[in-house]
Amino acid sequence: MKAGIGSLDTFPKLLLHHARARGALPAIREKDLGIWQTWTWHEFADEVRALACGLAERGLKRGEHMALVGDNRPRIYAAMCAAQCLGAIPVPLYQDAAAAEMAFPIQNAEIAHALAEDQEQVDKLLEILPKCPTLEHIYYDDPRGLRYYAQPGLEAYDALLELGRAAWRRDPAFLEAEIEKGRGEDAAAMFFTSGTTGTPKGVVLTHHALIDRARAAAEMEGLSDRDVVLAYLPPAWIGQNIFSYAQPFVTGYCICCPESAETVMTDMREIGPTYYFAPPRVLEALLTQVSIRMEDAGAVKRWLYRKFMGVARRVGGMLLDGKRVSALDRLLYWLGDLLVYGPLRNVLGMSRVRVAYTAGEAIGPDLFKFYRSLGINLKQLYGSTETSVFVCVQPNGQVKPDTVGPAVPGVELKFTPERELLIRSPGLFKEYYKNPQATLEAKDQEGWFHTGDAGYFDPDGHLKIIDRVKDVGQLADGTLFAPKYLENKLKFFPYIQEAVAFGQGRDRVCAFINIDAEAVGNWAEKRNMPYSGYVDLASRDEVYELVRECVEQVNADLAQEPEIANSQIHRFLILHKVLDADDEELTRTRKVRRGFVAQKYATLVDALYAGKQSVHVEAQVKYEDGRTGTISADLRIHDAKTFRADAAKRAA
Amino acid sequence: MSREARIGETVLSVEKVSLSFGGVKALQDVSFDVREHEVRAIIGPNGAGKSSMLNVINGVYHPQQGTIRLRANGAWKEFSDMDSHEAAALGIARTFQNIALFKGMTVLDNIMTGRNLKMRASFLEQAIWIGRARREELKHRRAVEEIIDFMEIQHIRKTPVGRLPYGLQKRVELARALAAEPRLLLLDEPMAGMNMEEKQDMCRFVLDVNDQYGTTIVLIEHDMGVVMDISDRVVVLDYGRKIGDGTPEEIRGNQAVIDAYLGVAH
Repeated sequence: MKAGIGSLDTFPKLLLHHARARGALPAIREKDLGIWQTWTWHEFADEVRALACGLAERGLKRGEHMALVGDNRPRIYAAMCAAQCLGAIPVPLYQDAAAAEMAFPIQNAEIAHALAEDQEQVDKLLEILPKCPTLEHIYYDDPRGLRYYAQPGLEAYDALLELGRAAWRRDPAFLEAEIEKGRGEDAAAMFFTSGTTGTPKGVVLTHHALIDRARAAAEMEGLSDRDVVLAYLPPAWIGQNIFSYAQPFVTGYCICCPESAETVMTDMREIGPTYYFAPPRVLEALLTQVSIRMEDAGAVKRWLYRKFMGVARRVGGMLLDGKRVSALDRLLYWLGDLLVYGPLRNVLGMSRVRVAYTAGEAIGPDLFKFYRSLGINLKQLYGSTETSVFVCVQPNGQVKPDTVGPAVPGVELKFTPERELLIRSPGLFKEYYKNPQATLEAKDQEGWFHTGDAGYFDPDGHLKIIDRVKDVGQLADGTLFAPKYLENKLKFFPYIQEAVAFGQGRDRVCAFINIDAEAVGNWAEKRNMPYSGYVDLASRDEVYELVRECVEQVNADLAQEPEIANSQIHRFLILHKVLDADDEELTRTRKVRRGFVAQKYATLVDALYAGKQSVHVEAQVKYEDGRTGTISADLRIHDAKTFRADAAKRAA
Repeated sequence: MSREARIGETVLSVEKVSLSFGGVKALQDVSFDVREHEVRAIIGPNGAGKSSMLNVINGVYHPQQGTIRLRANGAWKEFSDMDSHEAAALGIARTFQNIALFKGMTVLDNIMTGRNLKMRASFLEQAIWIGRARREELKHRRAVEEIIDFMEIQHIRKTPVGRLPYGLQKRVELARALAAEPRLLLLDEPMAGMNMEEKQDMCRFVLDVNDQYGTTIVLIEHDMGVVMDISDRVVVLDYGRKIGDGTPEEIRGNQAVIDAYLGVAH
């Protein structure tokens, strides 16, 4: 059996295998009309077959690309596989992208066929239609609001399915032959990188690359068809796609699509996934919610929580790693599990989680330890779109908060003298689509991929990533300056949502802060402090005081680390608006575009370094409907206390 | 098919309706009609008689003079006054200016009450949960879930209404009205007190209801932008009299309407 599935080299072939081998097991579930609707592997394969035939009837051919725009829906994944059946290459696009951002991928890949989830996505595609003359067919899943659209080439998914069913009945051999033609080295999917800099690039991944990496990781973690995953992140992100497409196709496990973005928490509790994936941002948001709710709890509960979280912090991680812990601590932890950790895991929907990964960006060590101390096997993962995700994974029992673990079997790693990490792996991408220049820059002759990440191996051979090579800098006095490291430290405070640190080539470090409106709002309410909104909160003296305490705590921490003790934060200001992907300040995966922010708010940066006490600012904001407006405010700048590098002195 | 082409014949006709409370003449000799599938707005300054008009159609108030004719199942029915229970049975549903939901009940249960008229099981059957009661509950729950999906309120399905913000409560109220599967939906200031974004959402829902279910909609609204954007025809009332009737373009150019809104020396 194992050898059988091992020889299958494309996703459609894997699908047919599962339809035969475990046809009656659930492949995908979706909560619709308040009920979890299940599609078995058999049903899912049927849907894919019909859809593929329908797409063929409509003219989708081998080597062409097909755009998929929508949230996690069974039909989006069915379309992904249907396109692959025909040898076409699915291109998932971010469903929350503005219309204009969708134009580039569609033009770049000369896309003629697109599946849109609903009216919102159809409208966006129609809006860019004049710029995308190749786009001929737009299929839509949810017909709501689209009944009276008269656009030629616009067709309901159901109609396409009917067309396909008829075609399949006429000639079932056609599709079988098409699937047989597929080879492992064919392109399986194309993902557009979010593009922290410049225009996005289409990363072409082959069936072989995706299947190989998905399998390597699945074997390492012992995943089976009994596992359950909740698909709640954008399908256009390689991370989600690996967990909700590549890995289920390799192992046969079931993925679950939540009812809507707002119901994810409830849906997760209902499903109880066994295998979970969350970028640090999501874990952070969850912890913020927990903290807020604990603050609202009664005195007894708060005391219990504080008491037992202390125990968990001390021994929880050690227990998970199988280390020696005293009998008394074991007893205390057992009690804590009964009273606090167990119920908390249940509220988080993580009661059944066997393996949880976090990746996408560095995770604050305290945040990481929080989940592990609860007994949730959260591990770090390192990878990118270009590497089919799995490069490094922390093995069970060897989890350290500041590394991402050793290489996954099959992966070779090495460093350039500049500390840049190079990777060679079967999971590497084929090329950047229509961009041989960029491909050549990223992948050298010997097949090493240049990640752009700076790091080193720790004594146990675990990889430690500090920052992007280009971002790691130096202060004027030569101290190592790793901005992301500082920002992450700041962001661990529930009151701070986002931070941007500056210091490259300067004499000291200064920072922008975005407060977390929910957490700070709650904090303000507790103090009977009326406020009108984010801007009002952000300008309050009390809030500045609160943030200053956070910054000073970070400084105290930094003072303990000799190499970076000098990069303590001297001055900060609270931004008058929330950094937003719509204003291009964050990428779609919500990473800060530091260079862009520095340029956009150059006056603020100057004021920080010029020692001014306040600065007037006007900023343009884009509303969700595309209109723009301006916000103007006087921002104050505060100093934060810095600490002498005691540890450094002691070490010296 | 364009919107205009879908608008059918008259389904509701209000003829020379007058209503007074003691000496106050709330409505004087008002006549207008509503066509199938259209969005018909009633506008006017404060105290113009808009809500009174809606209450007359709905059978809450009984006009002293005039008739209301309603086409139901292909036949015209004529009323000088109507009972609100009867109105509901004829396929008229409404929302209220001041939200009238059961605050302690969940969203789901509130919407379920909108199905009340469609329940056939007897009290006893419902009490001990057998036979028809069970089957019906499942059927109605499905209908309610479709409305929840349509109104995009899945995330608050089990939240007590009283805990929801105002904008969402308004949405739940519309959902409850929809649960009755009305042919004619009366909305009393559906966007009052909402912010820009909530208003936009509400507009979309009103238009979607109109498109998807083909429901005829009569709405009262103060926000002129909203009225002009989403209605097919507009009636303007002032001091209980009709002073304008026509498409939004016509109303925009109507001098009497401009005077009523901007105020002139009487």
